[in-house]
Amino acid sequence: MNMDPVQKQLLEEVADLHDIPEGAYNLRANGKSIGRNTTANIDIQTKPEGNGIDIRIKDGTVNESVHIPVVLSESGIKETVYNDFFIGENCDVLIVAGCGIDNCGNQDSQHNGIHRFYVGKNSKIRYVEKHYGSGNGDGKRILDPVTEVYMDEGSTMEMEMAQIKGVDSTERTTIAELKKDSKLVVRERLMTHGEQHALSVYKVSLNEEGSSADVVSRSVARGTSYQKFDACIIGNAACSGHTECDSIIMDNGRILAVPSLEANSIDAALVHEAAIGKIAGDQLIKLMTLGLTEAEAEEQIINGFLK
Amino acid sequence: MLELKNISFNAVDEGGKTEIIRDISLTIPDNKFVVITGPNGGGKSTLAKLIAGIQPLSGGQIILDDEDITEKSITDRARMGIGFAFQQPVRFKGLTVLDLLRIASGSSISISRACDYLSEVGLCAKEYIDREVNASLSGGELKRIEIATILARDVKLAVFDEPEAGIDLWSFNNLIRIFEKMRNTDKKRTILVISHQERILNIADEIIVLADGKILKQGSKDEILPDIIGTQYAAGVCSKME
Repeated sequence: MNMDPVQKQLLEEVADLHDIPEGAYNLRANGKSIGRNTTANIDIQTKPEGNGIDIRIKDGTVNESVHIPVVLSESGIKETVYNDFFIGENCDVLIVAGCGIDNCGNQDSQHNGIHRFYVGKNSKIRYVEKHYGSGNGDGKRILDPVTEVYMDEGSTMEMEMAQIKGVDSTERTTIAELKKDSKLVVRERLMTHGEQHALSVYKVSLNEEGSSADVVSRSVARGTSYQKFDACIIGNAACSGHTECDSIIMDNGRILAVPSLEANSIDAALVHEAAIGKIAGDQLIKLMTLGLTEAEAEEQIINGFLK
Repeated sequence: MLELKNISFNAVDEGGKTEIIRDISLTIPDNKFVVITGPNGGGKSTLAKLIAGIQPLSGGQIILDDEDITEKSITDRARMGIGFAFQQPVRFKGLTVLDLLRIASGSSISISRACDYLSEVGLCAKEYIDREVNASLSGGELKRIEIATILARDVKLAVFDEPEAGIDLWSFNNLIRIFEKMRNTDKKRTILVISHQERILNIADEIIVLADGKILKQGSKDEILPDIIGTQYAAGVCSKME
């Protein structure tokens, strides 16, 4: 498997990978699969249509991982990829996705990953997805991911989504439907610079008794960037849901936070919170009294906030 | 040695100009435990902020070890060895106690060194080192972490602005013990505390009484304390709880 230094750098940023990962993986670079490994419990097949992969995880698979990172290092590539995860019952698996785009050219580069997760009964999934952009071309780096999660009874899914640098435009949509006693936890971290735009939409339906969701976004908007966080939790049964958006604005950054709740059952307990503000002057002064410059203090505060 | 030469500070608002600090001159010698007391609104906290550079002077000069620091920024003064503990410690979402201690020490100190600072302020290091410095910590806990950040810095002059504010009696008793320990063991630095608590005044080398922006009295503890005990300048521990 040959990768150039740019591709290796992107892979490190989005999947913390320095080399070929252990366990099951599918590495995609510039529109083509460039490496794949399957295990006794985890199978990866190209879809018959050729526009993505099916990942099948057997019942009872524990302590295994699947890495499916994507890197784009050629300017002008536009692709939409469908990846479906069929996760059996009683599994405990880590899934690492993510996309890194390096665009030094004049044409836009765009990757849209459409991920669907069918999580089996009592399975526990940790999903990590990082987005990263680099390169100094005029072409934009665009990522419009769609994530759909269908959770069976007693399953748990923890999703960690991060986009900290270099993506010019993103429109992220996450839809989840939860059955009895299933639990969804989302931790989103987002930072936008320059003229970047980022939209993040969540629609989480708590359909059966005992289901719960906790969707928390922390974001920083700098420059003249714009963000919209639109999270709706729908309670259709005796369930509990919480959504929170906590944001820092800097320079001329703008943020629209629209947390919303819809209770269709008398036993649904739903909470939302949203806070947007600049860095508190006291926080800067405190760190300056510890010897940091104002700029260093800002960086420390933001790094901590997005950690 | 810290010298304040004819310093003044005026607050300007819609109602006009208010003189908060009026032409104060003062010398704070090295390796002393100095307490500034006085009534509320007398200018104590403002004086502490002027020393740390958090408020700009309206007039006068501040000299630290023969160097004029009047025009120096907060950052410059911190790097020259002035530490400042806030009356209301600042909370940070995401920054942990370890992060703050590392920033304070100016280097990547080891976890065990950071734990030493926490132990010095009476906190169980294991329990606190990874905690976020956020609203989940009580006033007393924050205060002790604030003091630990001063200990983690190699400062010549540590300024504490009303360390007793916002904490309960139990935490106050612990705080006194920490200051007593600093008083007795830490002879390398000058400690300047803004407080009108009798028990803090009682461990001072020197006491300065500040009222209406001016120095009323200044001298050794033995000279000053008998005169002010029982007054608003040297309040008993329970008075703050009322």
